[in-house]
Amino acid sequence: MAKFKKDGKRTVPAVSTASLPDIVFMLLFFFMVSTTMREVTMMVNNQLPLATQIAKLEKKSLVSNIYIGLPLATYQRVYGTEPRIQLNDKFANLQDIGAFIASEREARKEEERNSLTNNLKVDRFTTMGIVTDLKQELRKANSLRINYGAKQKN
Amino acid sequence: MASKKTPEINATSTADIAFLLLVFFLATTTMNVDSGMFRRLPPYQPDIENAPKIAKRNILQVLVNRNDLLSVNGELTDVNNLKAKTIEFLLNPNNNGDLPAKEIKQIDLLGNVEVSKGVVSLQSDKGTSYNMYIAVQDQLAAAFNEVRDQKALSKWGKKYATLNQEEQDAVRAWIPMTISEAEPKSVK
Repeated sequence: MAKFKKDGKRTVPAVSTASLPDIVFMLLFFFMVSTTMREVTMMVNNQLPLATQIAKLEKKSLVSNIYIGLPLATYQRVYGTEPRIQLNDKFANLQDIGAFIASEREARKEEERNSLTNNLKVDRFTTMGIVTDLKQELRKANSLRINYGAKQKN
Repeated sequence: MASKKTPEINATSTADIAFLLLVFFLATTTMNVDSGMFRRLPPYQPDIENAPKIAKRNILQVLVNRNDLLSVNGELTDVNNLKAKTIEFLLNPNNNGDLPAKEIKQIDLLGNVEVSKGVVSLQSDKGTSYNMYIAVQDQLAAAFNEVRDQKALSKWGKKYATLNQEEQDAVRAWIPMTISEAEPKSVK
């Protein structure tokens, strides 16, 4: 005959946390796959302009970034308040572009060197003077593929 | 009776370790995808004496001055009207004598088609804001893309972006992206 036990303490069983690591690992892998390493610390203002006719940049490994903008407030005492070029983690002058392009090419495989794209990330509040000068330097360095960095409008 | 079982490893801290890794990756990586407008610069030529002569009707002269004012063929224009003007310039639907001439070209998949000889000449000043420059480039690109869409629709009933590679090449040859940027002037 069935017995109905009725002891006073009714404890709720503890929730098993054995699957918690698995869940967190899943999240971890998701972020590892869908994000990229932050490559440089920004030293210039960089608010990209908005545009409608934009395309995603393919092949991250074949992109070299060139930043242009006003130096951030902490650098303005040393580097002035005119728009400046930033290459990697340093402020650069126009004369440095040739060497920068050469070193970027050097870092890629030989067969990929000609398909290197320069991603111009220019702050929307800069004037065209420095951009035009930069484009002339890129033409002199014979690095002709460029991308005007822009964000999707609406 | 000595049962020598290895004690189970306590796995409670695995979650903490994984959380640490997760936070590390969240902090050091970025999610944004680079996007923008791809262009190809013309090769560097120190002497621009032998620039090709182009008939006036075949040029759409787009000037942006230091005050971000836009002029198209000498006429002050709003940026929002630039696209319509460029489309009219590219298509020249009524074969107007002031708008670009067309030449018959043989293109794969299309046969003999009329290709416009029009060239958009874009010139900006040192003082032009980058924001304005990108807006103008954007409008010009929008005009070219819309004309390509029109042509693709009339030929295959599909938009340009959904065509396959060969068809896209054909449309690109039909409507080439002829935006020419003037050489910067040293003194102005």
